[in-house]
Amino acid sequence: MSQPTTESKMPPTEPTSSPLFRGWTPVSSRLNPYLPPIFITLILLIGHLSFGILESYQKTILAIVSAMACELVLSRLLLHKWPNLASSYITGISVGILLRSPGYWPYVVCALLSITSKYVLRVNGRHLFNPSNFGICAMLFLASDAVATLSIQWGNNLVAMAVIWVLGSLIIWRARRFHICATYVASFLLLSVVRAWITGDPWLSEVSPITGPEYQLFIFFMITDPKTTVRSKWGQCVVAFLVALAEMFFRLGQSIYAPLYALFFVGPAAIAVEMWINSRQSASGAHKAIAQPSHVQP
Amino acid sequence: MRQIPWARIAVSIFFVGLLATPAVMRWRLAQRTLAAHSTLDRQAALARHGFYLEEVSHAAGIDFVHQAPTLDAKLNPIMPEVASMGASVSIVDFDRDGWPDIYVTNSAEGSKNHLYRNMHDGTFKDVAEELGVADVNQPGTGVSMGAVWGDYDNDGYEDLFLIKWGRPELFHNDHGHGFTRVSEKAGLPPWINANTAVWFDYDGDGLLDLFVGGYYPEDVDLWHLKNTRMMPDSFEYAKNGGRKYLFHNLGNGKFEEISAKVGIDSRRWALAASAADLRGTGHPDLFIANDYGVSELYLNDGKRFHEAGQQTGVGFAPKSGMNVAFGDILNDGHFAVYVSNISENGALIQGNNLWVPKEGAPANTVSFENLARDMGVELGGWSFGAQFGDLNNDGTLDLYLTNGYVSLDRTRSYWYDFTKIAGGNSSIIGDARDWPAMDGRSLSGYQQKHVWLNDGAGRFVDVAQAVGVTDTYDGRAVAMADLWNRGVLDVVVANQRGPLLLYKNTVAPGNHWIEFNLRGVKSNRSAIGAEVELRWNDQKQIQEVSGGSGFSAQNDRRLHFGLGKNVQLKSAVIHWPSGKVQTMDSLIPDKLYTIEEPQ
Repeated sequence: MSQPTTESKMPPTEPTSSPLFRGWTPVSSRLNPYLPPIFITLILLIGHLSFGILESYQKTILAIVSAMACELVLSRLLLHKWPNLASSYITGISVGILLRSPGYWPYVVCALLSITSKYVLRVNGRHLFNPSNFGICAMLFLASDAVATLSIQWGNNLVAMAVIWVLGSLIIWRARRFHICATYVASFLLLSVVRAWITGDPWLSEVSPITGPEYQLFIFFMITDPKTTVRSKWGQCVVAFLVALAEMFFRLGQSIYAPLYALFFVGPAAIAVEMWINSRQSASGAHKAIAQPSHVQP
Repeated sequence: MRQIPWARIAVSIFFVGLLATPAVMRWRLAQRTLAAHSTLDRQAALARHGFYLEEVSHAAGIDFVHQAPTLDAKLNPIMPEVASMGASVSIVDFDRDGWPDIYVTNSAEGSKNHLYRNMHDGTFKDVAEELGVADVNQPGTGVSMGAVWGDYDNDGYEDLFLIKWGRPELFHNDHGHGFTRVSEKAGLPPWINANTAVWFDYDGDGLLDLFVGGYYPEDVDLWHLKNTRMMPDSFEYAKNGGRKYLFHNLGNGKFEEISAKVGIDSRRWALAASAADLRGTGHPDLFIANDYGVSELYLNDGKRFHEAGQQTGVGFAPKSGMNVAFGDILNDGHFAVYVSNISENGALIQGNNLWVPKEGAPANTVSFENLARDMGVELGGWSFGAQFGDLNNDGTLDLYLTNGYVSLDRTRSYWYDFTKIAGGNSSIIGDARDWPAMDGRSLSGYQQKHVWLNDGAGRFVDVAQAVGVTDTYDGRAVAMADLWNRGVLDVVVANQRGPLLLYKNTVAPGNHWIEFNLRGVKSNRSAIGAEVELRWNDQKQIQEVSGGSGFSAQNDRRLHFGLGKNVQLKSAVIHWPSGKVQTMDSLIPDKLYTIEEPQ
């Protein structure tokens, strides 16, 4: 875990937890900070107005308010600056949609855990876990008697699902992160054949989960999160594949929350490996710089 | 000198505290449910909780074990799941001897239903065969899913409507000496795949009408499937189930199907329904708990129904509704509604619903809030049938819930595969071929039952184990009745692929009771829909005669009120379905009153 002084490495004004801020045209750049919240709000509205996916308005609002308030307090306390709240809004709304519990307290605790993890679980100024993924996994590990996650589909209407897939893909494409989603989806479908072959279950039953809204949120908002993915394009594809691969093993172990757990373990591991590689390269570069000073000092 | 990062330390401690919160909440819940997991001997249970339930079916001459249906072989991989219903129990005094009898359904093709006549000596004798209501599951006619009793021709004897996946049957009660099948004459359709039906007089004409809620579509013959696309097209938003029927009683032995005409038009997957006057309008409203979707509440203006699930708050969050029971749990003259759903640790936490009317609603309206968590009756496993009744005669209604879905291999669970398919698109979930095989695995099996004792102050405490309810069968239907006319409520539980259980109740001395056996004159003879408002000491409680409630169940028509100690009975006001209001004073406790509607 890093010291708070390294927080300055976090861009202060960039609402950072989505790829949608990158690769957008300058004309629309002023809208950029609002696109991810708008998109996830759209998902929520389509899902709820069409099928009533929310447990309740109050619980979702509770999660959002808790996340944003937590971000505000921790940013002021540790960074002494006013945060952009778009990221925490997305975290709160993800918790509100994905978490299922009859009680109110899990929504508060999960939202607070998600945001706090960004400030506590850090290495060299970089947080390792996708916030909502961490919060939800922590709740599933620790409070399985009180929570579950969204495990339902968009009713029998394909339109709502198609709208989200198309819109999400277009935005992700503009954000130059479509390759992550595409790699994951292709890997999932490929590995579903392997799983069906191993388990003997119908192939469609293995494909079934990816047709649900939980995966739409997972694909568009969790595995593409720029703060918790590796930097290189090929590395991102490898990580997306590894998430799908880890998920396969979780699924073969009959883990209900396989994709969330896969990202929980693979995501931070990938970042750690990338940091290790970067540090080696830096060290090597410094060593070369020392050995060949004439190259850098004309 | 390096500065100590106090802020960061504080945030880290806060973070650890958050991680510890679930453990604290779990500990609190464990403390609260401690009573549920401790067994007590009879005397200790009587002393602590005021009653004890002893399973006496064998001693009472009942050794019935339910047989599940075996459907089309195309469903073999998931047969235990699709053939998971059919065990039911209904209480009826079919021969009017003043002693409640018990009717139970069987669900294998060729199996027999049983009508247990109360022999007045603590035992029962099966008379279904000789009276003609046993052999009702012949191949080609479908199998029984439940039964509800109501005197549709007002001749004084309760008639039998048999709920089936198959050909629905109406049996006329020939003055307690036998039954005559009148299904065609009554105008019933040739096939309905139903799990619920309710007798009620929706239009107040003095004739009992009949609601039947379809589950699978009526064009599906589960024994001869054309294809396997007969599953719900969604786990929580399915609308491809069976249609609903409202059979209006024409008074000449015939019924007219009028559901669409009066505003009941739904293809949700109905599993339970019941009717009661929820708004004080004098007209019974119809509450339907749907599997794979939201509940529906049809408000009745006496002529038409208006679906008001969302408006009243009960039709917002889609769950897996499996029970409808009404009870004045706060003794404030209003019915709460208990709807059971699914809760499985680590997999799915829907939570059961206890819909309690909000205060201050305008006249003739009602709005509910779910207080199941606050009142302690939320988590009941894979819940099925539940009924309210004052089990210890302390003056407040308690709640008995049975549960458990498929109990097969204890060590292997189907839950992972179930969630895998349940999250899929309609084209996948709707086809049984896409469902992974169960392979002998359990799905929420071997669950402990719940007997929630109402403390009268807004909390229920689970005392099931302590008061002798220790079975872990796959429970389906619960019915309550004072089986041996002792002034206590006994409990009968029907289990899928399991025995019929008779829990004989012993109540600690000191608490009083009163019972009412109502008979309509201008109203329907069964007095279904009649409401008694009883006042004693500073208490008030309402109960209503029901034509079917819980899951695949019907309680005794006689109304049982516990009164507690030091009773000062004030009055009983009877609101008859005809609109007549009858007030009775000078009542004395510990007595059964048989009351005929005044002319």
